[in-house]
Amino acid sequence: MSEPQSPANARAGDELIEETPFTATAAANAPSAQAAGGRSFLPKSTLLRHLLILVLSAVGAVILLEVTDPFTNSQLASLTYYAIAAGGLTVLTGMNGQISLGHGALMAVGAYTTALFLGVDGEPLPLPVIFLVAVAISTIVGALVGVAAARLHGPYLAGATLALAVGLPGLALYFRDTLGGEQGLRVRAPEPPASFTNFIDLVSGNPASGTKWLAYVGVICLLITFFLLANLVRSRIGRTWRAVRDQEVAAELAGIDLGAWRVLAFVVSAACAGLAGAVLALVVRLAAPSGFTLVLSLALLTAIVIGGLGSLLGALLGSALLVFLPPFVTNLGGDFGLDQTKAAQLAPFVYGVVLIVAMIFAPAGIVGTIRLRWMTARAKRAVAGRAAHGG
Amino acid sequence: MQQFVNVTLSGLIQGSIFAAFALALVLIWRSTRIVNFAQGSMAAATSFIALALIHSGQSYWLALVVALAAGFVLGAVVERVIVRPVEGGPELNAVIVTLGLFVAIQALIAIIAGSEFQSFPAPFGLRGFTFGSTTIALTPNSVFVLIAVLITMVLLVALFRFTRVGLAMRASAFGQEVARLLGVRVGRMLTLGWALAAVVGSLSGLLIAGGGLVYPAYMDSLIVFGFVAAILGGLDSPIGAIVGGLLLGLALSYVSGYVPRGSGLVNLAALVILMVVLLVRPGGLFASSTARRA
Repeated sequence: MSEPQSPANARAGDELIEETPFTATAAANAPSAQAAGGRSFLPKSTLLRHLLILVLSAVGAVILLEVTDPFTNSQLASLTYYAIAAGGLTVLTGMNGQISLGHGALMAVGAYTTALFLGVDGEPLPLPVIFLVAVAISTIVGALVGVAAARLHGPYLAGATLALAVGLPGLALYFRDTLGGEQGLRVRAPEPPASFTNFIDLVSGNPASGTKWLAYVGVICLLITFFLLANLVRSRIGRTWRAVRDQEVAAELAGIDLGAWRVLAFVVSAACAGLAGAVLALVVRLAAPSGFTLVLSLALLTAIVIGGLGSLLGALLGSALLVFLPPFVTNLGGDFGLDQTKAAQLAPFVYGVVLIVAMIFAPAGIVGTIRLRWMTARAKRAVAGRAAHGG
Repeated sequence: MQQFVNVTLSGLIQGSIFAAFALALVLIWRSTRIVNFAQGSMAAATSFIALALIHSGQSYWLALVVALAAGFVLGAVVERVIVRPVEGGPELNAVIVTLGLFVAIQALIAIIAGSEFQSFPAPFGLRGFTFGSTTIALTPNSVFVLIAVLITMVLLVALFRFTRVGLAMRASAFGQEVARLLGVRVGRMLTLGWALAAVVGSLSGLLIAGGGLVYPAYMDSLIVFGFVAAILGGLDSPIGAIVGGLLLGLALSYVSGYVPRGSGLVNLAALVILMVVLLVRPGGLFASSTARRA
């Protein structure tokens, strides 16, 4: 281990040269404020800190959902499934260095499972049970892919998962009778329970519509997922993943089974994608091949790259971009005289340009770049302080 | 028997196009260690240029030449402007840049030319040759496809074997630093490599479009097939890419020809073949004894 494998970290910490981080996963390298020993009002224990953030976010989410109009509610519901999937993907790519273009396909697995279980004759199973089944099935698919993916890296892995993204929707066409072919499956969203109606009445007195119920379902899933992921990446498991990503040989010498840990990362990430697909099926009320194209996988990749690979906050910010940017640029395109279908293509165009520009100029994304700047500035101050003290 | 002949023939013709596309991927991989996932979109862009020319009344052949020239320029510009900053950096960065390019070009085509399906003319007839009372799946157009791919291969071999530029390109791919020390303008050679690869990719895009429908995403499955074919051949070997392309064309043709409702399974079959090859022989079918960690 003679040379540092993470140049961004080395630069920020040791040499104090303020440079744009050079690796894509730099955001994941930067320790949290707590680990860096910064001044913070948050508790020292990671679990307590995350619980506190969880409660604050839950309160914030309720306020946000109650002060906004129904249309924004439905936009926020879309935000939740993008963020769940992006959270899983950012852990896979940022923490463990594996890229996946197959997450759209894994979301499709979750969505179709949900659609099938909600579409049974008679009373469907309770929603949490259906979600767990959707997660379980996409986890199994993810494990199968992960076993193959564990032996691949970089362009090989990208190509293999690309083949997955292009190939898996073919199953929906092949099993036309069960999976509905090109039209897909309609999803019957369940009615909000009485306890939810009472809760909304108590909090704000707004009407407890189906849209609002689905937004709450999405937010609950999002908070649980991010809480679990945040704890996971700060645990022994997260540290092992980073070791596998940065120093294969050293990790192997330390007794880490590289393959097994890569498979685990893929499985965790696939579980998130499955849950995201389940929420998507409810919110969109449709599971169809056209909803899970390659553009979906690339949109998720854009979200995590612009947010900063490996950062959950970055994944959330990036997902917000995926939800709020398309209507904005589509309107802009309309103003410039493009018709509706052409203006709709502006969003993927922007995703592509953003991916290129971000990789060339700020590979660490929003969160990573800000974090590294802040760390560099702090280190400079520390050095200046030491110099003044010593001199 | 007749079906077997037809399925085999169409497999070989499809396979030759896959081979050309895989060859383009291999050319870029050898020189810059980057898999150009944008190759399909770039080829689609040049096909749309050709289509616009044909619609404006020009001949197919002029459109073909202009489209290939546009591919050359596009490949050079992409390498010089977009790919150069991430060359030699972390491999994930380069992958993400080419993916960004992939989606950006595709969306740009849709914005300029629209997303609807348009028919693309073929230069030769699409009716199979008839022997006595049986018609086989070999059409005048598919003969043109085979000849075009063959000519491309011969030209590339001639370029790399017999010209100074070809030698310089091989030197830059083999050892950048040594080549630079010996006076080879390595940067220019890389640009030229990308430009040539884009020409070959554009050609396969035009060939697969002939007599069919084009839309901005029509090359999506070809990028997968080309990648699988290149992996079959080991990603490093031009000959491997050609053999891999032909093998894949045959395999997929048998799947869609003999499995009931198999056309929906073609993409999935490519995925299965890719996975098996990567797990059993990650170095490709023709790997020498030196193992490489894929």
